[in-house]
Amino acid sequence: MREETIQLPGAGRAYRPDPSGAPQPGDLTPELIETDWWSDDAVARAGIPVVDVPFVSVGGGIGSFVTVDYLRICGVPTSAIKVLTQLEHPWESYEYLTRVSQIPRKERLRSDSASCPDNIWGFPSYAVREAFADKSFRSLWQVLVEPIFADYYTPKAGHAFETMEKEYRRISYPETVVKGQVRMVRRRIGGGYYTILTPPEKSSRTRRIAYRSKYVHIAVGYPGLKFLPDLQEYRERHRDYGSVVNAYEPHEQIYQRLHAAPGTVLVRGGGIVASRVLQRLIDDRDARGLQTQILHVFRTFVTGSHGPNIWMRRRGGDGWAYQGFNYPKSVWGGQLKARVRKLEGKDRADLYKVFGGTNTPIRRNWQEQMRRGRREGWYRPFQGEIIAMEPHGSGQVRVELKTEHGPQHVTVIGVVDCTGLEADISEHRVLDDLLQHGGAGRNPVDRLDVDRTFEVRGTRSEPGRMYASGTATLGGYFPGVDTFLGLQIAAQEIADDLTRQKFCRRLGPLRSTSQWWKWARGKQI
Amino acid sequence: MLPTLNGRIQTRIFLLAIVGGIWTLIISPVLPGLGGAGIGEIYRMTFTVLVTTIVLGIGWELIYHFIQQFRWEKDWPTLFGLITVLNEGALVWLLLRLGIVPGLPDGVPLPAFLILFATTWIIVWIIANGPMRVPFIHWRFRGGRLV
Ligand SMILES: Cc1cc2nc3c(=O)[nH]c(=O)nc-3n(C[C@H](O)[C@H](O)[C@H](O)COP(=O)(O)OP(=O)(O)OC[C@H]3O[C@@H](n4cnc5c(N)ncnc54)[C@H](O)[C@@H]3O)c2cc1C
Repeated sequence: MREETIQLPGAGRAYRPDPSGAPQPGDLTPELIETDWWSDDAVARAGIPVVDVPFVSVGGGIGSFVTVDYLRICGVPTSAIKVLTQLEHPWESYEYLTRVSQIPRKERLRSDSASCPDNIWGFPSYAVREAFADKSFRSLWQVLVEPIFADYYTPKAGHAFETMEKEYRRISYPETVVKGQVRMVRRRIGGGYYTILTPPEKSSRTRRIAYRSKYVHIAVGYPGLKFLPDLQEYRERHRDYGSVVNAYEPHEQIYQRLHAAPGTVLVRGGGIVASRVLQRLIDDRDARGLQTQILHVFRTFVTGSHGPNIWMRRRGGDGWAYQGFNYPKSVWGGQLKARVRKLEGKDRADLYKVFGGTNTPIRRNWQEQMRRGRREGWYRPFQGEIIAMEPHGSGQVRVELKTEHGPQHVTVIGVVDCTGLEADISEHRVLDDLLQHGGAGRNPVDRLDVDRTFEVRGTRSEPGRMYASGTATLGGYFPGVDTFLGLQIAAQEIADDLTRQKFCRRLGPLRSTSQWWKWARGKQI
Repeated sequence: MLPTLNGRIQTRIFLLAIVGGIWTLIISPVLPGLGGAGIGEIYRMTFTVLVTTIVLGIGWELIYHFIQQFRWEKDWPTLFGLITVLNEGALVWLLLRLGIVPGLPDGVPLPAFLILFATTWIIVWIIANGPMRVPFIHWRFRGGRLV
């Protein structure tokens, strides 16, 4: 079997039929699999038990969490919500990815002070709370002078997880959770949707359970993080899974090899993950007095400011494109958010290209480390591409590179690939089913087409609605979807739309303030 | 902050009028160096300063918006929102001295002006950078627009 995507927590195995071939009770029937709209009768004929609930959220990661948080604050009871998930808690998958990509709990995230997945108001922001907790003005000073005289303030990963856990308890989130893997969502004749859940083995007397709801929210995160083909080919051909790794999989062995003996390592990529990996390598080098040599290959080597005109120029240099967050900051609320909201088709796709692309924040400590490395000759960034990789005795890898100075060969103890390639949405079973049977379509950058309200276009089943948030919706009227704040912006749009359907209460100034006051006192809702 | 031009102007008018107005009501009677003046006269003076700041501010916002266009992020750093007290305060003071501001009894003492202007500015700036988001939960995602 080809191992194409990186394993994430909760990404359970695809359905495998019972090896004995015996039909299981309450399973999908060919009739159901083939029809786009399901009748209550057809579901009953299949023997699948039905659970009625008004709102279903599929995924159970941070996207589901912030949406449920919003709805709870808008007065929706836990009994009206079911979150179908395989995760133990909403930040499990996220914490896994941050940890392996070198952001343990004590390190800082990328998003800003007011991106608080535990607090829909973003006030008090992380910097304010950190200042109170540490009885120190440092973080306040930083948000005051950022980004001019200091780097952007970003919260510690641990701070984000602890506060999310508190909110998770406050809103009684666990009461909404049902464990299992979602197989598909289909429209129901007569309105609303059926969401088919495969519960954990032996936990239910039937193979499937159907959730019949008026509203469905899809927040399934990454359809898959893929290994680049050259990396995969090396690993499969040489049965060596430890030396050529992707930064999104556990790769402590690379650092440990460098602790054991001096060596050279090749880092590929120009994004924040590459920055983190470099920091780890250099921190280890400094702390342990190692002699690690770092080669760093960029496919696009940025040498300075770049952009179409003086109104749109992004800083860059030494290989990197610099940007505080994964998009220019105003996509989360200001000018660029307003601008993209009005764009259609190719115009939208073109603007995404201008401010997208691989980039990393400019941070003073990273700059200092790299400057020192370049000066002392142990950090060498260059433009190039990997042409071939071969094992080279005693656990080393020989890499052939194409560079601007012609071909080069290097021998390294490991290659850390920091390029993330997201799989196409059709590789996610639920999303693919929506494209095939649910009426969903693709947006100008080929992901799931959602409206300004985050309703998935083409899937309406009156009076029901289907919404989606997270990376699957990138390319829509709002760009910053795959971030805490973006997920909250989506949650707000969804809640506003649901308010118009009279499903939840309007969050006007009075209700918002009184709910905030409850939040501030930690009062359970 | 992440303002749009429209959002800047709306936020400016709203915060200065409501928050600045309440603050001006509170602080005016205790401003120094106005001993001789009656309370009505003091309020007339302090509210004239406030209204002048709002009116000129609309012009300033156009300039800030233009400057913002040079920024890749199209953001308006928190610090900018604070230090613009200097240029804005200086302009209002200058116009007061030149006697151009209509409806103002002459002779506003500098200390009173400084205290009034600086405290109002700081309060409005603090509220715009956090508490404003509590009652107006859509505000920060709409570039500072209220309507
Ligand atoms: C390394 C890294 C660092 C990041 N740092 C930041 C940051 O600093 N700030 C920021 O704002 N954002 C950051 N992000 C982006 C983003 O905020 C997170 O990825 C966030 O977790 C996205 O939430 P989500 O709900 O879309 O996906 P997830 O949190 O991954 O949740 C989706 C879940 O759906 C589940 N699922 C999928 N299919 C099914 C199914 N069929 N049935 C049941 N469950 C299913 C999966 O198990 C998955 O866990 C970062 C991302 C990465 C990878």
